[in-house]
Amino acid sequence: MILQRLWRRIAAPIDPFLFVLVVMLICFTTVVQLSASPDRWQAQMINTAVGLVVLWTAANVTPQLLQRFALPLYVLGVLLLVAVALFGQISKGAQRWLDLGVMRIQPSELLKIAMPLMLAWYFQLREGSLAVRDFLVAGALLAVPVGLIAKQPDLGTAILVLSSGLFVIFFAGLSWKLIAPVLLAGVVGVGAIIATEDRICAPEVQWPGLREYQKHRICTLLDPTSDPLGKGFHTIQSEIAIGSGGVLGKGWRNGTQTQLEFIPERHTDFVFAVVSEEFGLLGNVGLLFIFLLVIMRGLMIAANGATVFGRLLAGAISLSFFTYVFVNMGMVTGILPVVGVPLPLVSYGGTALVTLCLGLGILMSVARHRTLLQK
Amino acid sequence: MEFKTPEQEIARFRGRVLAAGVFVFVCFGLLVSRFVWLQVIKHDYYSTRAEDNRISLVPIVPNRGLIVDRNGVVLARNYSAYTLEITPGRIKDLDATIDALAGVIDIEAKDRKRFKKLLEESKTFESLPIRNRLTDEEVARFVAQRYRFPGVDIKARLFRQYPEGTFASHVLGYIGRINDREKQRIEEDDERAANYRGTDHIGKSGLEQSYEDELHGTTGFEQIEVDAGGRAVRSLARTPPVPGRKLVLTLDAKLQKIAEAAFGNRRGALVAIEPGSGGVLALVSMPTFDPNLFVDGIDPQNWDALNNSPDHPLIQRAIYASYPPGSTFKPFMATAALMTGKRSATQAISDPGFFWFGGHQFRDDKKGGHGSVDMAKSIIVSCDTYYYSLANEMGIDAIARTLGQFGFGSRTGIDIAGEASGVLPSPEWKKKHFKKPELQKWYAGETISVGIGQGYNNYTMMQLAHATATLAAGGVMYKPHLVKYVQDPRTNARRVIEPQPLKTIPIKPEHIKVIHDAMVGVNKYGTGARAFAGAQYVAAGKTGTAQVFSLKGAKYESHAVGERLRDHALFIAFAPAEAPKIALAILVENGGFGAESAAPIARQVLDYYLLGKEPAGAAPEQPGAE
Repeated sequence: MILQRLWRRIAAPIDPFLFVLVVMLICFTTVVQLSASPDRWQAQMINTAVGLVVLWTAANVTPQLLQRFALPLYVLGVLLLVAVALFGQISKGAQRWLDLGVMRIQPSELLKIAMPLMLAWYFQLREGSLAVRDFLVAGALLAVPVGLIAKQPDLGTAILVLSSGLFVIFFAGLSWKLIAPVLLAGVVGVGAIIATEDRICAPEVQWPGLREYQKHRICTLLDPTSDPLGKGFHTIQSEIAIGSGGVLGKGWRNGTQTQLEFIPERHTDFVFAVVSEEFGLLGNVGLLFIFLLVIMRGLMIAANGATVFGRLLAGAISLSFFTYVFVNMGMVTGILPVVGVPLPLVSYGGTALVTLCLGLGILMSVARHRTLLQK
Repeated sequence: MEFKTPEQEIARFRGRVLAAGVFVFVCFGLLVSRFVWLQVIKHDYYSTRAEDNRISLVPIVPNRGLIVDRNGVVLARNYSAYTLEITPGRIKDLDATIDALAGVIDIEAKDRKRFKKLLEESKTFESLPIRNRLTDEEVARFVAQRYRFPGVDIKARLFRQYPEGTFASHVLGYIGRINDREKQRIEEDDERAANYRGTDHIGKSGLEQSYEDELHGTTGFEQIEVDAGGRAVRSLARTPPVPGRKLVLTLDAKLQKIAEAAFGNRRGALVAIEPGSGGVLALVSMPTFDPNLFVDGIDPQNWDALNNSPDHPLIQRAIYASYPPGSTFKPFMATAALMTGKRSATQAISDPGFFWFGGHQFRDDKKGGHGSVDMAKSIIVSCDTYYYSLANEMGIDAIARTLGQFGFGSRTGIDIAGEASGVLPSPEWKKKHFKKPELQKWYAGETISVGIGQGYNNYTMMQLAHATATLAAGGVMYKPHLVKYVQDPRTNARRVIEPQPLKTIPIKPEHIKVIHDAMVGVNKYGTGARAFAGAQYVAAGKTGTAQVFSLKGAKYESHAVGERLRDHALFIAFAPAEAPKIALAILVENGGFGAESAAPIARQVLDYYLLGKEPAGAAPEQPGAE
């Protein structure tokens, strides 16, 4: 009787559909990490357990409560980013961490959640009286932390934070008349860069507003062989791993590229190369399908959200999840620049896992809030 | 400012969600098409690349073949020793690293110089030795400090060693690091190039060079699975190397040793040949050098010392340097006279002590002459006048044609490189040799000097010994060779270098006997009698004294000029005269009369070879002992 009630209490906030997908991903991750990095398997299990607790907790928090956290979290995050810029630790050429004596924290990680929360809260505030001015304010709220993160520099996180904010703005109803030209300009710009690669990648050419390493990264993407032992090495080796995997893959723990350490960061950002090599096209499409279901479920939750805040947040979280997947798989397969974006729930690492579980928990919370209202 | 009802708001939001869904679909479609491109369409290409990545062929260098003398005395071998090696590509500040290393292990200036030289001719990812032959203590000291020196390793390498040191160095030659020119030559031949992967030493001179292919062996390969850092993970397959073959020489190390010792500190050359096979028993060029110095790359001080020495120890005097044969030419002239019928053995001339030709007087050593001189006496007393007149009668063409049959003026074909052809003078040779027309003409007077082994005559001791061996064998000429057989170290299968009769010079046995008897006379009561007093065997010989110094490239230190203007002493011999087992030619540079300095060397060599008798006093140490 008590057990039954306890079970109900535990199961109550859980969205069964999303949860099954998450469990499938966790099982898959365990199998992949056992191959990619057997030593870290147990640590990843602990990370996963922590992530699930965070997920469950977040699912229990009502959107109304979350709304109250939005502004303080955002302000705290921006202040911490400023602190990083002023006193942060420099590691591997980037200033990302704050040393608080007991622990080192990476404030940019906080913004991944605080940013969509903040903008969803802002648009909720302006509900029914949305004006162009509000989009400008939202843009400014977005630009500050993104600028600070990009300056660290941490391109991967900057992209994730920027996209999470842009998704909120998009769902809030930014006019297609504004979106379309920007998208078009983007497509034309990328096309132009690819077309003129030889000239603009010449060593003496400096790119306005970008650092040398950023230019280098994009140029390496355009032609990985230009830096075969540096950044291009990642791409070249992961393409070999993926390509040699074929349709059925080489089998679990049989990936030569992986097992022989040709894949750098094979357990973190490049874990997808391991999947591709060992499970082949079949494994890739299967994994992509699970991700697709997660995103679609998220978008469904968003579509049925009870409040503007809930809808925008759920939509942004779903598309952020998509961004993780797309950017990560894109960089591993060599169609996007190499930026530090993990593959959700598959890459090893505690921080990203907790952030993602927090997002999934929020999704469940939004989903549950709707059902509560309907009841 | 636009106001919308919540319903409109939700409808628009759902529109956006739908758009987002479509966008997600399109992007994922893009990813899937990328997967298909990489994993289906380009699968074969990437599979090949993955294989290339993973498997690395590591060459296993074969052990170089041994060189042993005819009795099994080891003359060249390999031993394993530790080297301290630096991979320059893995080190930022090379000089600082070497300085720091010098604090742990003794590194001398010459080691640094040698390393710098290696560095210039190598690729930076190659591991290069800075110190060879570390002691166990040095190895231990380095290992304790290894963490300080990334890019520095200790490796075990096989080193070539010539245990007898300076012994027979010109015959053995030496090995050294493959230089650019040699590398190019190796790479012209694909098979050879593959076989030399991993090999960094090659024979540079002597037998090490001429039998390089036999000595090197076949490189083995290990297929090793490697990671991206190039670290070996595991071995997949192994093709073992085939060790180089062993050279068993015709050379008799003890004989060679006695001969070398007999020279003392004099310069010169000696070649001893088995007349019945062409096998070379001893091939001496004095002074010698230590080929061990070259194995690791010779350091500049030693190189300068060897290269600038007035004694020119690096010159292979036995086969490269050529000298006028002096009177040792006379038995061959006499043989030629018999063969061409210009003289009979009994025909005698009256020697007044000189020979007049064209208003010029050609003098004999002995004032007043030797009186009546027949062929035997002409050899025994070394009568110049006899040969002046003989040469004049034969004419230069007949001399060149007949003497040429004994191999004079052409390479003997011995199986080591660097042989000179010498000069058997003839009008044709003169025409080719000189550029100026006035020097191209052959003068009859020049023929006269040729008759006594002077003039343009110039032969290597190899040729002289070869001709002597041919004379000893009654005209049967064998190709001289140093290697008796080549042995496979695994199967012990032998490839025997069979005695190779080149030709038989048509000399009548009775004519041979005349010459042999006369040469026996030389050692019994002629110019070689003192040296061969009391010999327990019958040895045939002929002394010679050559007036012209013609060691090529020689420059003289002024203080040595006096000594170095003295005549060269020569001696040829074979024994036992009735059935010759050994024939030899000796030259002692600036040794004066052949009878005084060259013949005693021949005596010691023959005493040992025929009787096993070692010279008294300065007994050479036992070969094989270190």
